[in-house]
Amino acid sequence: MAQLCCKNVGFAYGGETVLSGVNFSVNAGDYLCIVGENGSGKSTLMKGILGLKEPSEGEIVFGDGLKANEIGYLPQQTGIQRDFPASVGEVVLSGRISGMGHRLFYSRADREAASENLERMGIEELKDRCYMELSGGQQQRVLLARAMCATKKLLLLDEPVTGLDPNAANEMYNLIKLINLCDKISVIMVTHDVHEAVRYATHILHLGHGQLFFGSVEEYRKSDHVRRLLGGGTL
Amino acid sequence: MSGIIGEMLSYQFMVRALIVGILVSLCAALLGVSLVLKRFSMIGDGLSHVGFGALALAAALNIAPLALAVPVVVLAAFLLLRINKSSRIKGDAAIALISSSALAVGVIVISVTTGMNADVSSYMFGSILSLSGDDAVLSIVLSVIVLCMFVFLYPRIFAVTFDEDFARATGTKTELYNSVIAVLTAVTVVLGMRMMGALLISSLIVFPALSSMRLCRSFRSVVICSGALAVLCFVLGMTASFAFELPSGASVVAVNIVAFLLFSIAAFIKKR
Repeated sequence: MAQLCCKNVGFAYGGETVLSGVNFSVNAGDYLCIVGENGSGKSTLMKGILGLKEPSEGEIVFGDGLKANEIGYLPQQTGIQRDFPASVGEVVLSGRISGMGHRLFYSRADREAASENLERMGIEELKDRCYMELSGGQQQRVLLARAMCATKKLLLLDEPVTGLDPNAANEMYNLIKLINLCDKISVIMVTHDVHEAVRYATHILHLGHGQLFFGSVEEYRKSDHVRRLLGGGTL
Repeated sequence: MSGIIGEMLSYQFMVRALIVGILVSLCAALLGVSLVLKRFSMIGDGLSHVGFGALALAAALNIAPLALAVPVVVLAAFLLLRINKSSRIKGDAAIALISSSALAVGVIVISVTTGMNADVSSYMFGSILSLSGDDAVLSIVLSVIVLCMFVFLYPRIFAVTFDEDFARATGTKTELYNSVIAVLTAVTVVLGMRMMGALLISSLIVFPALSSMRLCRSFRSVVICSGALAVLCFVLGMTASFAFELPSGASVVAVNIVAFLLFSIAAFIKKR
């Protein structure tokens, strides 16, 4: 059974449908990129998967032992305030809360998992630094480490390289692919960069107020949608 | 100095005021960190005006002041949170609306019943004499509960304050913790406003957090620094008010302003 299955899902804001008829599934180890133009409903679908927004039609089903609160999530940068005093260690550790159940405080295992993920992202020396004083690329690594603390199975990434310089963006893409391959964690990424999506993903979901395409990267390369999104170019 | 403190502690009402004040300052400062960072600073101010209305009403109806004020203000806190979510009336406008309405009701009730007198002034600007023995006991119990809740829920309060979407997406009941913060704030505001006054209580929530944020770089250090600073400022303010016969609430705020300036200067020097 698939880890995540969307069956004819649609969303509406205030009665107005913004997305409808979405059907796809994600199996363990998949790397799915959700592409589409601005306003095509990518972020809305993301919110739906995370349970932040109820679908107006259809259903989103979790399977293969995955529970809704076992998803690691990397939000778009905009949500967090500029002047928040928080150390990197505190931010990463907060990813463990979903697994704490009724426990009130972090355990030794929580702290170890946090350090382990800091190390894996190559930022263990930033542990006591203030999150807000880091560069964009470092901040994204911190948030990725936090997301890794929250999951062993599925990562959801919302435009993870927005605002990063090309080098940092590349590192970020490689890091995510590494997690996908080595840790066998499935990845769902929202992006508007079709080139990178096709380079790293195993599957593509192309949205435009509805579902224009869902399938493997190989099929997507051959389809017309690529050409339309790139304005006639090819990959 | 020690002579003043010795004299101060020889009055029972001063001891009572100090104990309650220290506990309430501590509660307000801890919750204040979360409120300031969530851009809810004005909620404390709005709630204190609602508290003023409730206290006036309690006096008119001859009910124990805290017994009426605590539930009314808790209700107002829930209402403000709800309104903050719905987009029809914006949060800041809603607070202005509710706080001025409550103030108006309070003033009318007072002028119809007892008339404008010293009582009104003590509601507005606080009075340590207004704290009865029963009030003190209830205040101590409630503030200890607030402190325990804050300590036990600390990791979750951090998560909800730092990134509500992430917390909600990974299964934290953010609505619940927002409500908990609102209820704790409401209780703290009511406990503090008798002493600090309806117009001054929000300073206990805002100042320690803002001062600490000048210098501290982690959430934990901001929380600890705010708590310590709040207690220190309260004790200094009360001592000053006793020694120079100044109004107690205003003295505490004045000390907080000085602390804020000192922290700002220190941050400026540190940066250079």
